[in-house]
Amino acid sequence: MKKKTKGISYAKWGYMFILPFFLIYFIFSLLPLLDTVRYSFYEYYRSGIKVIGPNFVGLQNYSSLLKSDMIKYGANTLILWLIGFIPQIVIALLLANWFTDVRLKIHKQQFFKVVIYLPNLIMASAFALLFFTLFSTGGPVNSILMSLGMIKKPIDFLGSVFGTRSLIGFMNFLMWFGNTTIMLMSAIMGISPDIFEAAEIDGCNSIKRFFYITLPMIRPILAYTLITSIIGGLQMFDVPQILTNGKGTPDRTSMTLIMFLNNHLKSKNYGMAGALSVYLFIVSAILCFFVYKMTNDNDPDGSKAAAKRERKGRR
Amino acid sequence: MRKAKFESRFRSILAHFVLCLLSVMCLFFFYILIINATRSHAELQKGFSALPGTSFIKNLLNVANDGSFPMVRGIVNSLIISGCSAALCTYFSALTAYGLYAYDFKAKKVAFTFIMAILVMPTQVTAMGFLRLITNMGLYDTWLPLIIPSIASPAVFYFMYSYMQSSLPLSLVEAARIDGSGEFKTFNRIVLPIMKPAIAVQAIFTFVGSWNNYFVPALVIQSKEKMTVPILIAALRGADYMNFDMGKIYMMITVAIVPIIIIYLLLSKYIIAGVTLGGVKE
Repeated sequence: MKKKTKGISYAKWGYMFILPFFLIYFIFSLLPLLDTVRYSFYEYYRSGIKVIGPNFVGLQNYSSLLKSDMIKYGANTLILWLIGFIPQIVIALLLANWFTDVRLKIHKQQFFKVVIYLPNLIMASAFALLFFTLFSTGGPVNSILMSLGMIKKPIDFLGSVFGTRSLIGFMNFLMWFGNTTIMLMSAIMGISPDIFEAAEIDGCNSIKRFFYITLPMIRPILAYTLITSIIGGLQMFDVPQILTNGKGTPDRTSMTLIMFLNNHLKSKNYGMAGALSVYLFIVSAILCFFVYKMTNDNDPDGSKAAAKRERKGRR
Repeated sequence: MRKAKFESRFRSILAHFVLCLLSVMCLFFFYILIINATRSHAELQKGFSALPGTSFIKNLLNVANDGSFPMVRGIVNSLIISGCSAALCTYFSALTAYGLYAYDFKAKKVAFTFIMAILVMPTQVTAMGFLRLITNMGLYDTWLPLIIPSIASPAVFYFMYSYMQSSLPLSLVEAARIDGSGEFKTFNRIVLPIMKPAIAVQAIFTFVGSWNNYFVPALVIQSKEKMTVPILIAALRGADYMNFDMGKIYMMITVAIVPIIIIYLLLSKYIIAGVTLGGVKE
């Protein structure tokens, strides 16, 4: 009846078109999430071939995780992320600034962009295996360094905490700096050229222009890069997993949280895996919210948000 | 004036120098990889040489005929899984985006907000429940759990939605309606062709993402003949492979990453434009 008075209603098509997405999301993500949360309160693991549980134990999994090495692995993940992220954002800002500087006239811009973005598409696991081979004691890197006379005996890169962590950070840097550069570049190109022109007339040099105009103007994109990078860092798995064969050597100093989760999943330690997942879920939610809040504080009149919207619309 | 000119010249030289340095850094490792893939085990043992060897074909055949690490099979498997994921993901993301873009209905705002809220949610946090679910559904050690969930990809949806906002006028949809085109037909015949550039870009990204994905496939796939390339790479790392033929190892890594490099070099223009178009990185 209602439908007739409204004339032709297309609403049902809207529901139909979005149905597959929500159905699949519900089955393959939401149900698993609920299941994960539920079993985090249960004692449920496998000991040999015997399955223990599920018995309800309340928050026991959560407290025993806190007493385990989880905090240490969290710190590892943070350190590994920082080693990769700091050079990544510095280089990306520098390159994005150069690429967009009309007076600099970078030759072969497209070529450089293609090259620096390349590592982002490489299979992380194959890349890690490659690095493991190249940086092994008998590998090509040591061989090159020795033939150049820079070292006398091979360096055991993967035997030291510093070496392993640097390698992982370096790989993350290599894989992501091109992507970040291109993101920041598009943000800088979204700034109105009038502003740069005005600054130039006022006698603003390139360094001042970068710190007083470019940097404040691209804050929303910088914040976005930071958020996605933190979340990406939290998910760090492929590179350290393959590089250290899942052991996080030396002495589990390169073991990340997802590697820890993977170990629990592989040994069908469902209760612990559930509790760890819930911790990760909470942390990622808090991180997002925290950074979002922090970057929106300095936007009292909403002008920056409007600028961002406009830039997004223009893309 | 002269000083300014000197300064800008200096900056230009510095910029080119740093760019060249970074490019060398990016390409250096692939260069070693490809050089080493052309050399035999004995040659590799002697140390590094900057010139290629002559064992390229031999190494390639060794990789192709290896029974314990079926790379060719792995590549075919990865191609099938990534291809299906890319097709399903882009089609259904466009469909979902169209549903929310072109129609008005009560739950529209809620649905949109929900998708935006889960935009960057890590998939790993649901992995445990996911694993249990697919085991109960009898899908453990099959490809379906690697393909079907790609229908619900919030990031791709967001990309498609932004693209529609900028290049799909609703008047076009109405014109089709007046001409008597059914809603579903309008989507397939009129909307999809307009969305082609967005679909192409996202298909590439989804394909590459699925090709490189290691975490979920490693949990789901057990049998050797169903393994994807990243799982084989991990298995290779797990084996005591320092005693293997090193030429073959380098060749295995080469065949794992070179297909993507070739696709990338062919389509780099669109891929790089696509990075900024969506603004969402995974």
